[in-house]
Amino acid sequence: MAKVIVVTSGKGGVGKTTSTAALGAALAQTGQKVAVVDFDVGLRNLDLVMGAERRVVFDLINVVQGIAKLPQALIRDKRLETLWLLPASQTRDKDALTEEGVGNVIQEMRGKFDWVICDSPAGIERGATLAMRFADAAVIVTNPEVSSVRDSDRIIGLLDSKTEKAEKGQRIEKHILITRYDAQRAARGEMLTIEDVLEILSTPLLGIIPESEEVLRASNIGSPVTLNNTASAPARAYLDAARRLKGDDVPMSIPSDRKGLFDKLFGRRAA
Amino acid sequence: MSFLDLFRRRGTAPVARERLQILLSYERATHGQSDLLAILREEILSAITKHVTVERDSVQVRMDRGPSVSTLAIDVEIPHSAGMLLAAGS
Repeated sequence: MAKVIVVTSGKGGVGKTTSTAALGAALAQTGQKVAVVDFDVGLRNLDLVMGAERRVVFDLINVVQGIAKLPQALIRDKRLETLWLLPASQTRDKDALTEEGVGNVIQEMRGKFDWVICDSPAGIERGATLAMRFADAAVIVTNPEVSSVRDSDRIIGLLDSKTEKAEKGQRIEKHILITRYDAQRAARGEMLTIEDVLEILSTPLLGIIPESEEVLRASNIGSPVTLNNTASAPARAYLDAARRLKGDDVPMSIPSDRKGLFDKLFGRRAA
Repeated sequence: MSFLDLFRRRGTAPVARERLQILLSYERATHGQSDLLAILREEILSAITKHVTVERDSVQVRMDRGPSVSTLAIDVEIPHSAGMLLAAGS
């Protein structure tokens, strides 16, 4: 039975799609069967970040509407045989997604995978609420920046009230994933620290992804950052975060590409 | 770590932190009450329309939170035609 995870944030551009691809590939590398699902109908991008944009035939809406069967729409990754992608539709609008239809697709996927990771669209409208609706756990992607933290707070409120789990009176598991973190700027007081963000959001930390050029390099060539250069700082941070998702006890650290004196002094302090 | 703390407090991050804490304490309270206000508005509206004909938009329900007490303000606009009914004492 799969664990269903929603990767969400409220704010756009904070790294939901990058994180979905990176965590999905990281889990699949450990042999787990993983499906990543793009809920951003009309603005799909997970296919592009995964390097599968030319292999899309059917999409989530086709499956929801019964035009295609789930196995026809799933795209198997060319690098990892336990990783699959269910793309969003680029042409239809989000109203084509119904709660019942999405529920049925998620239910079918639960039986086929170990992990189903739903990449939420930005915002708090229908697409975002449907992406989180059937989740067992949420990864809230947050940049250490005021607007992102505010939107994360709003999303946490929605996770606690609008998900199926919340409505049944159960607790949805929530994790903060801080992305684009710059330990040096935080140490200089120019960026909210990890402690600041966690204290404000009162939610446990899944991982800290450092700001890195590797993220753009990986998306340029259509590879999850955890596949492209597994030794890079963001890849190591995502690999650790994926292990924590599985329940492993991994000490928190902020991987760094730079090996200067400054990093030795400050790099790990915030963890 | 006092040296680091000295260093840290000089930037703009503490301002960001403080602004967020103030804003979010307010927003958490108002998002929590928005459902309550919607319910109150509907029930007040249905009670009024039993006796007076009013437009949906002419009923305003607002809650102001104070440190020790909150106030609920209900503002109902009654047109002259409906006012006749009120004068009749029904």
